[in-house]
Amino acid sequence: MHTYKQEWFGNIRGDILAGLVVALALIPEAIAFSIIAGVDPMVGLYASFSIAVVISFVGGRPGMISAATGAMALLMITLVADYGLEYLLATTILTGILQVIFGLCNLARFMKFIPRSVMVGFVNALAILIFTSQLEHFVDEAWIMYVLVGITLAIIYLLPLITKVIPSTLIAIIVVTAMAIYMNTGVRTVGDMGELSQTLPSFLLPNIPLNFETLMIIFPYALALTIVGLLESLLTASIVDDATDTESDKNKESRGQGIANIVTGFFGGMAGCAMIGQSVINVKSGGYGRLSTFVAGVFLMFLIIVLGDIVVQIPMAALAGVMIMVAISTFDWGSIRHMPKIPVTDTIVMVITVGTVLITHNLAYGVLTGVVLSAIFFAAKISKVDIYSATSSDEKTRVYFVYGQLFFASVTDFVTHFEFKEDLEEVVIDLTHSHLWDDSAVGALDKVKLKFEQNGTKVNYKGLNRESADLFDKIGGIGSGH
Amino acid sequence: MFKRILIATDGSEHSKRSLDKTIEMVSVYKEEVSIDLLYVVAGEMSKSDILRYGDSDTASLKRKKLMNDNEEYLKSEGITVESIVLHGDPAPTIIEHANDNNYDCVVVGSRGKNQLQTMVLGSVSHKAVKYVNAPVLVVK
Repeated sequence: MHTYKQEWFGNIRGDILAGLVVALALIPEAIAFSIIAGVDPMVGLYASFSIAVVISFVGGRPGMISAATGAMALLMITLVADYGLEYLLATTILTGILQVIFGLCNLARFMKFIPRSVMVGFVNALAILIFTSQLEHFVDEAWIMYVLVGITLAIIYLLPLITKVIPSTLIAIIVVTAMAIYMNTGVRTVGDMGELSQTLPSFLLPNIPLNFETLMIIFPYALALTIVGLLESLLTASIVDDATDTESDKNKESRGQGIANIVTGFFGGMAGCAMIGQSVINVKSGGYGRLSTFVAGVFLMFLIIVLGDIVVQIPMAALAGVMIMVAISTFDWGSIRHMPKIPVTDTIVMVITVGTVLITHNLAYGVLTGVVLSAIFFAAKISKVDIYSATSSDEKTRVYFVYGQLFFASVTDFVTHFEFKEDLEEVVIDLTHSHLWDDSAVGALDKVKLKFEQNGTKVNYKGLNRESADLFDKIGGIGSGH
Repeated sequence: MFKRILIATDGSEHSKRSLDKTIEMVSVYKEEVSIDLLYVVAGEMSKSDILRYGDSDTASLKRKKLMNDNEEYLKSEGITVESIVLHGDPAPTIIEHANDNNYDCVVVGSRGKNQLQTMVLGSVSHKAVKYVNAPVLVVK
């Protein structure tokens, strides 16, 4: 229990201050992500409150910030458009259930099968989608929209040169909102995008028919949300691990994300996950305990209840500016810088992951495509087999030296390297620098032997390592009986 | 004489100059010198390193390797060296570490940024000169 107490109260001052900073930075994002998903701003705000508070108790990575996120919001667009909010709430609950199952089955370790180039593609695609989702706010807008967005971005990027005490995004929003109100510009505001109720969320069951048809509608969405949510959460957890030089329990985090989403769905919020940007802000502001996440959630709700009347007057221009900043900071610019140094196949995987997401608008498809493509590239790379051969001085024996992995993808190539028609007494196949991986490998060796024997040449194997020899003994010789 | 020296490095080619200048400075009494090499991992650095190397352990290993080259370089000159990796905002972290450990001298690099870059990005070396209690050597 000591560590639990330490995780909560080991850093009270730093955690509270960082929590306040994060809450201020979360409000515009929660509203903007709600608008991306096509729901009222309250859905994202309730979600951010509920997810942050619940995860502070049940999460596996203290100091990480989870709330409504862009990655998740982007997956919900068509669901909300076609079926409405109630189905989204049910999907959120189902997502939570799936994530708890993932956590209980210790599936976090399968994360290692997702190559880094796919993760980079995921992050970059997310950044691009957040950016393009803002473009619709510019359609049919007057010049004032561009001016306000420009002012927002200028404040966000230039203010930190003077002070970093208050988040510059908050100052930008306050200034631009004040300008919009006093100049009476008539630009669209948050209030035009939906209701903002100044009440605490309450427990409700989603109002949907509980039948198989409903399940068939929400399950694909829930599965995509589950994968994307865990992916971003576990990636963020690793980043926070690194930034704080501590370790975290990834399976507990998976379960925690699930519990947070279940609770959130029942309290009228949209599914969310961990946020890279906010977590980095939290750590940089001195927060690394559970208290920081808790304070962020509670203070966010407090601000909405107290300041709801002002929040509805925030112009969309200010939010669009903040989202453009979020997109820029989400993008992994290092991936462009390092491009000349990394293997070209990694870059292809990254670009195709991004491309798939941009075409399908679904991060889950991008990840899937990226993983499959990486697997193909890997198999192609490792299936290269080199064979050198030399004859003995009397030219009656030829030794083939095999370099490379023998498995289903490499055997076709492997067999073509042998000259079966050569007039020899004996052939030795030296497998010291090779490894047999599967049935196909053993089959290929049998085939080679058979072909040589048809020509009256004896075949001997040499240098099989133990694992390969075991495999060979187990399944070898089956084909040679024919 | 500066015997306990802290060198703040970012592992770049440029920070190698800090090592060279320090070696030059202590060359006549180098067997009496002990140097701490400090590498600070900033929050954003964690993000790009994790995306590049996969997980925290691998990222730490890569950083150790980065430090190792510098460490070996100083050792080959016969100087006692220790590497330290800290996490946080570079300037305050370097300043705090320097002031807590009473070094005789702190060495920081100053990269060839132009005026605009210095204005926008701020400068670790400026802050170090201002807030570190020990004498600071800024290597240009």
